[in-house]
Amino acid sequence: MKLEGQVRIPSGCAIAAVISREGNRMSGEMITNAMKPMHDRSNGLGGGFAGYGIYPEYKDFYALHLFFDQRATRKDCEAFLKEQFEIVKSERIPTRKIPAITDEPIIWRYFAAPLKSVLADLQLDEKEFVARTVMKINTGLKGAYVFSSGKNMGTFKAVGFPEDVGTFYRLEEYEGYSWTAHGRYPTNTPGWWGGAHPFALLDWSVVHNGEISSYDANRRFIEMFGYKCTLQTDTEVITYVMDYLIRVQELTLAEAASVIAAPFWSTIEGKTDPEDRHKHTYLRTMFPSLLITGPFSIVLGFNGGLMALNDRLKLRSMVVGEKDDMVFIASEEAAVRAMEPQAENIWAPAGGEPVIIKVKDGGF
Amino acid sequence: MLLNAKNLHYRALNEALRKTSDDCTVTECCGQRYIAAGMSAKNITISGTPGNALGAYLNGATITVHGNAQEAVGDTMNAGKIVVHGNIGDAAGYAMRGGKIFVKGNAGYRAGIHMKAYEEKKPLMVIGGTAGSFLGEYQAGGAIVVLGLGAKDNEIVGYFPCTGMHGGKMFLRSDCRNVKFPNQLTARAADKTDLEELNVYVSEYCDLFGYNLHEVLSSPFTVITPDSKSPYKQMYVAN
Amino acid sequence: MSVEFVYPEFEIIRNTERCTACRICERQCANKVHSFRKERDVMEADETKCVNCQRCVSFCPTRALKIVKSDCTLRENANWQNETIKEIYRQANRGGVLLSSMGNPKPLPVYWDKILINASQVTNPPIDPLREPMETRVFLGKKPEKVQRYQNGKLKYELPPQMELSMPILFSAMSYGSVSYNAHASLARAAKELGIFYNTGEGGLHEDFYCYGKNTVVQVASGRFGVHEEYLKAGSAIEIKMGQGAKPGIGGHLPGHKIVGDISRTRMIPQGSDAISPAPHHDIYSIEDLCQLVFSLKEVTEYKKPIIVKVAAVHNIAAIASGIARSGADIIAIDGFRGGTGAAPTRIRDNVGIPVELALAAVDSRLREEGIRNHVSLIVGGSVRSAADVVKAIALGADACYIATAALLALGCHLCRTCQSGNCNWGIATQRPELVERLDPDAGSRRLINLMNAWRHEIKELMGGMGINSIESLRGNRLMLRGISMTDKELEILGISHAGE
Repeated sequence: MKLEGQVRIPSGCAIAAVISREGNRMSGEMITNAMKPMHDRSNGLGGGFAGYGIYPEYKDFYALHLFFDQRATRKDCEAFLKEQFEIVKSERIPTRKIPAITDEPIIWRYFAAPLKSVLADLQLDEKEFVARTVMKINTGLKGAYVFSSGKNMGTFKAVGFPEDVGTFYRLEEYEGYSWTAHGRYPTNTPGWWGGAHPFALLDWSVVHNGEISSYDANRRFIEMFGYKCTLQTDTEVITYVMDYLIRVQELTLAEAASVIAAPFWSTIEGKTDPEDRHKHTYLRTMFPSLLITGPFSIVLGFNGGLMALNDRLKLRSMVVGEKDDMVFIASEEAAVRAMEPQAENIWAPAGGEPVIIKVKDGGF
Repeated sequence: MLLNAKNLHYRALNEALRKTSDDCTVTECCGQRYIAAGMSAKNITISGTPGNALGAYLNGATITVHGNAQEAVGDTMNAGKIVVHGNIGDAAGYAMRGGKIFVKGNAGYRAGIHMKAYEEKKPLMVIGGTAGSFLGEYQAGGAIVVLGLGAKDNEIVGYFPCTGMHGGKMFLRSDCRNVKFPNQLTARAADKTDLEELNVYVSEYCDLFGYNLHEVLSSPFTVITPDSKSPYKQMYVAN
Repeated sequence: MSVEFVYPEFEIIRNTERCTACRICERQCANKVHSFRKERDVMEADETKCVNCQRCVSFCPTRALKIVKSDCTLRENANWQNETIKEIYRQANRGGVLLSSMGNPKPLPVYWDKILINASQVTNPPIDPLREPMETRVFLGKKPEKVQRYQNGKLKYELPPQMELSMPILFSAMSYGSVSYNAHASLARAAKELGIFYNTGEGGLHEDFYCYGKNTVVQVASGRFGVHEEYLKAGSAIEIKMGQGAKPGIGGHLPGHKIVGDISRTRMIPQGSDAISPAPHHDIYSIEDLCQLVFSLKEVTEYKKPIIVKVAAVHNIAAIASGIARSGADIIAIDGFRGGTGAAPTRIRDNVGIPVELALAAVDSRLREEGIRNHVSLIVGGSVRSAADVVKAIALGADACYIATAALLALGCHLCRTCQSGNCNWGIATQRPELVERLDPDAGSRRLINLMNAWRHEIKELMGGMGINSIESLRGNRLMLRGISMTDKELEILGISHAGE
């Protein structure tokens, strides 16, 4: 049977996120609980989490999370990494044996920084180099898969229901200022852990619900710029599109949101503020191949914040709620209530309306 | 009967509701779906957040929610009443043919989509706050009322209201100066007959949620009706 | 004439030697093709109105009539064929979307015809169905993963709800409105008599037909016409219509002028109002939403009815089916791109979707690879034309077949493909009372029963030839099939070997 990446596997999902505007750190238990009332939005074939601010003691190093199929692959991969990185810590990611999660691969993490000499030789920016290394391992080293590569953040994912995945990874032992979560409903059984979400590259992580209809138009465009869509998932292409728009093109988050979830021309033409009209006309004309159509609701995680966004027709549900300095986002209000029964100002952002929450002073 | 829904699966919850002929109060509801699906002759009061498809195919029961409701409230509802003391999610009242939905606050996208009517069955949806885009898409019957209470600077309705509307009536408590309607319908200021009809709908809303009827009705209303029951007649060529 | 004139497709040839000017043809033709010219005492024909439904031909007592394709053609052009040019004229005249009826008539591959069936010789014996037991009964529905026992060791016999069929065929969905009351009456009666099922389609269930509930599948489509609690509980199964092979990805539209009388009552919408079925179910925008609709239907029917999810065969059908199988559905129905329709935009009908044979093979293989084939039964339709097609479908992996065009042919349809006009001279795709009464439900149901009995016997003959005496042993038995004149890729997808291998 073909694995994710050899074939495109559409999926539906549940998503949830929480962030403290004050940068207060909370354990991963809350986000695990959020997924429980949305159990029926997943089908047990993938769940995962991303936590930001969870590795303060190694915040200057890239936290590389990897799956390996066997010990020999790990040894090969470590040898490869050591040629180009200074590895300050290497360890098995702690897990808990539970009946609901089986067939785990070898799950390892490295805290590492690219060697200055290597960067100088290649004349590459540090982030670009790490991104290329991730692509290289994921496409070239059979049996190894990097599923997290940011600083002071990490993703944790597995085949199973999300609430079980949270328990499996002992998320209650981590503390982060923001968390995102994903429960997957794929249309197959790849039984492959790399196919679970969030999808992450550098500090970006994306959780997403829906099947986009523009996928191959977006993929074929973005692959011109060095990205390789190895998983053929919507989440992966959205992550690359956002990386390209924000890191490479240096758009703001809100501008990037206006590219991927652009308003209809009739809406743009009806705008009374000429500046706003010109901006949208410019962005749609500039990046036509990055318009994403079809249903999606996403939460984009990054160092210091979150952005939630619905497709322009709002074909997926998503609500936002608040309590003190905390902001909660989820596919269903029940998930918000599971995190904070007293959540206030619950509202549903309109299609294409980004909700951007940043941590005070950039977070860490 | 009192039902604590904490950690109760929807199937068990609905079974308990089906079995009893009493009025029921459900507490600590958190995301349980399909509550009261297809049920008739029963009063159900819920506190917490009921899950998707609340009152789907409802056939006469009355549901009151103290809190918000999620997506697809009253999906394909045939009769009965759903009262939500909060907001509701997307696609509320999809294809409803009868009964009433009252929402104190706002509705999400596609409220009243494909609402229809038949003979004595004439569904009603009253939204106290604002409604999202595609309000009353494909509306084929019944009445949708949006009051915009507490809307402040927000538009009473999002983009593309009434697309494909080919029956029924919509009332918006606004002069709708900034609202763009599709071509195949008429939007006009409410006249005396319209206001009489509205009075019935809005007074029930005001009674339920404690508003002053006179104040609510003192603003201008726009009435939208379709020009044709068959808007796509000219679209095809026999081949 | 004018630039708008499009030369008629058919000519009506009347043998004046035979014609007695009895005017039967005139009375039989709802399109008003025939007329009597008093002054000359002859019958005349206006071929611009003729749809070639053969009604006049069939009823002419002296066999004086025949209808032939006109040889008045435009200059030959392999690229710009006559048909293509005329379509452009029609659109330039009227500015509309081209509308067609019934299945895709284009010369695209029919894989059934490239598949050959095996027979036993020497190494095991064929079976004679006339004298030996031969079973065609099927149960459709989810089969649990594991046997359950009570504490005392006794087996628990409870199964998820199943549909029992005397033979692996069901009449596919055709709504009341798209076809007539008498067509529904014929299908319902025949289904009951045969121990199989008919399907209401999306137009609700007429009150007269509730009595056939045991043999009825009630459909829930995006328009939700006539859907209410009693309706959902009336049949033996509920079908969620996500798509139709003839028009994947688009909704339906029964024009207001057809919403009259009982149609209006059954659909529960006012007379004269368009019945618009949206392209999607607006409560399903993603796979987990399908799960929501499936379980809301199970809740309202207290888990007593199997839920069928019907989808059109499209590119990603294997993944879609796998998703459906994981969404609580009990049965998946796949409708191929040659499936019929009461009306569909020509461009959609002729260009969207894939053949059901390939879809079926891909789905069955995929569900087996994932170990979930037992979670669902598979029904396939979209031009199953004979008992041989049925046998091939079962051997490829289907549990049962949906037939509709074949059933309509049995009722008298001559495939003139103008259902959308509402002037069906055979009383099938019409609501005009004087036309509807031409279809007698007694005769109609009898003809359907005849057809199914004939097919049942043929299925048994074919099974017997393979040495198989129960339909279960044929299901998914792809070794019984060989392909001919196919590419390696086609054979690979079908999972069969080439003839001679």
